[in-house]
Amino acid sequence: MSKRAVGLQVIGIGKSFGHFTALKDITLDIAPGEFLTLLGPSGSGKTTFLMLLAGFQAASEGRLLSDGIDITRSRAEDRSFGMVFQGYALFPHKSVAQNIAFPLQVRGVAREDIARRVDAIIARVGLVGHENRRPAQLSGGQQQRVALARALVFEPPVLLLDEPFSALDKHLRGRMQEEVARLHGEFGTTFVFVTHDQSEALSLSSRIAIFNHGRLLQVGAPRDIYERPMSRFVAEFLGEINLLPVGGIGHCARGTSGMFEEVRLTAPRHENLKDSAVLAVRPEHMSVSAEPPAEGNGVPARLAGTTYLGSAMRLAFATRSGTPLTVTLPSEAAGRILAHGQDFWVTWSFENGFLLPEQS
Amino acid sequence: MRSSSALWPTLALTAPLVLFLAFAYAVPFLGVALWSVTLPEPGLGQYERLVGDPLVQSVFLRTFRICLIVTVIAVACAYAVTYVWVRGSRLQRRLIEICIFVPFWISLLTRAFGWLVLLSTRGIVNSSLQVLGLTDGPLALVRNEPSVIAGMVHVLIPFAVLPLASAMRTVDERMLLAARGMGASRLRIFWSVFLPLTLPGVIGATLIVFVFSLGFFVTPAILGGGRSIMVAELVYLRMFQSPDWGLGAAISVALVVIVAALMGLLARFARLGLMGGGR
Repeated sequence: MSKRAVGLQVIGIGKSFGHFTALKDITLDIAPGEFLTLLGPSGSGKTTFLMLLAGFQAASEGRLLSDGIDITRSRAEDRSFGMVFQGYALFPHKSVAQNIAFPLQVRGVAREDIARRVDAIIARVGLVGHENRRPAQLSGGQQQRVALARALVFEPPVLLLDEPFSALDKHLRGRMQEEVARLHGEFGTTFVFVTHDQSEALSLSSRIAIFNHGRLLQVGAPRDIYERPMSRFVAEFLGEINLLPVGGIGHCARGTSGMFEEVRLTAPRHENLKDSAVLAVRPEHMSVSAEPPAEGNGVPARLAGTTYLGSAMRLAFATRSGTPLTVTLPSEAAGRILAHGQDFWVTWSFENGFLLPEQS
Repeated sequence: MRSSSALWPTLALTAPLVLFLAFAYAVPFLGVALWSVTLPEPGLGQYERLVGDPLVQSVFLRTFRICLIVTVIAVACAYAVTYVWVRGSRLQRRLIEICIFVPFWISLLTRAFGWLVLLSTRGIVNSSLQVLGLTDGPLALVRNEPSVIAGMVHVLIPFAVLPLASAMRTVDERMLLAARGMGASRLRIFWSVFLPLTLPGVIGATLIVFVFSLGFFVTPAILGGGRSIMVAELVYLRMFQSPDWGLGAAISVALVVIVAALMGLLARFARLGLMGGGR
């Protein structure tokens, strides 16, 4: 299969609509063959950024390079990145095979080559037997496969996907995610994927780029972004997180510490903090005990409620000052702890917390 | 399905229209239909003349020919106009609204005379051509088929614009983007995507314009100047100039039957369009 995946270099790209700034100073290197997810709430600029990559909209400033060649001003039809649209945008008057053949016909590929390549990709996306159906006769998942086949059949250097799973139910969504991951592996094309679903982003991507208010906040591997967010927005946007306001920041041999209520809490070193900051800890990294911890961090808190999640249990606590804390524990362990009454210590090890600037 | 309780208000609200059509249209038409089989004597003689009379036949043939040409030109022009109206800039849209819909309020008669002013021997076009020295004498621009066609196209374009606009507005912008993203040129996108997606609108507009054009009277009468007579004018002549009410009535009935058949086709097509268009 084609391995002519290209890398894209985005240099200071911005986009304004009149007085409204949709994107501001985006700089990002997209590596050849990577699966990059653009993640952000609606209105964060992620879709606008995808449209700029596709060439459907022109950047107001900045440059876009494809393997070092400037394509900032080139038209969408010349860039010819494959694209899967939200809602698929299949041609309703064409059959499945005709839809998939379209980009090849546009390129003037010989008739017998078209037939061969269309048949091959129909087999790869599992649509054999549906060649002559119209899109309206297909299920959502099948339409999705046609859209993927149509976008991949001409072996584009980059495949752009705009919230492709938003119309599918949860079960189908999971299957299509696997399918897209498999196709990414097989085709080796650079995938740029837009979503607002954080779990989708975490499970699919080789890297995630987080957008908010038209700015690129952080780029990194899913694990890095989840475990080491650089701002409060990123920390809160990706999964659940506990945020403890701390004051009296000081540095010590172990790292950086600060006071929360009457307890000194320590986290890995963070240099650029003012006197107060926020200590962030994921609920699954916390534990609960009846005694203050011998080592690591601990905060006294009162149990406020529990939610049964099947394999796990979510425990809601409130500290003395009323700061809410959420802890997720395996159901079995939670059951044992709950027998001990209402007042506990919520504990975690030093390296599982991280400090963030108060405003971000 | 509409529930039976909702049926009565619907009937009550539509009743005035139904009654009006019955008394103002259906009853007089039945009268005309009666003439066609009773005047000057009972029987189907007038319908035999309808089929056998070379004059009547040539008028019917001319009517069909002119209406076909008018329909093709009007729908093609309307397609271009509608495309700009639906997809153009704000200024273009305003301009088209003025040019297309303001003439709607002006009487057919006025518009036909407008064409006369433009095309007659001492009209604007001829005097301009002579002043510019392009022609020696006036050209015969009216009292012929082309002028009838021009006048009719002018009147009928707005009727084609509306069904075309509704078809063009339903085209999903993302489909056109998708085609561009796959490398298709503008021309290619138009032929392979936009035109096929708006075809139901084209067919609807074609039927509407053709049906309307069949009954045209004022425009061909004025611009044709009695030379390219069309069916409606022939009815008028048989009724009021050479009293031959029986034949006039038979032609009227034939015209109504043809129009009704075409309208039936249109209704059937509209239903199919609704079913096929559901996404």
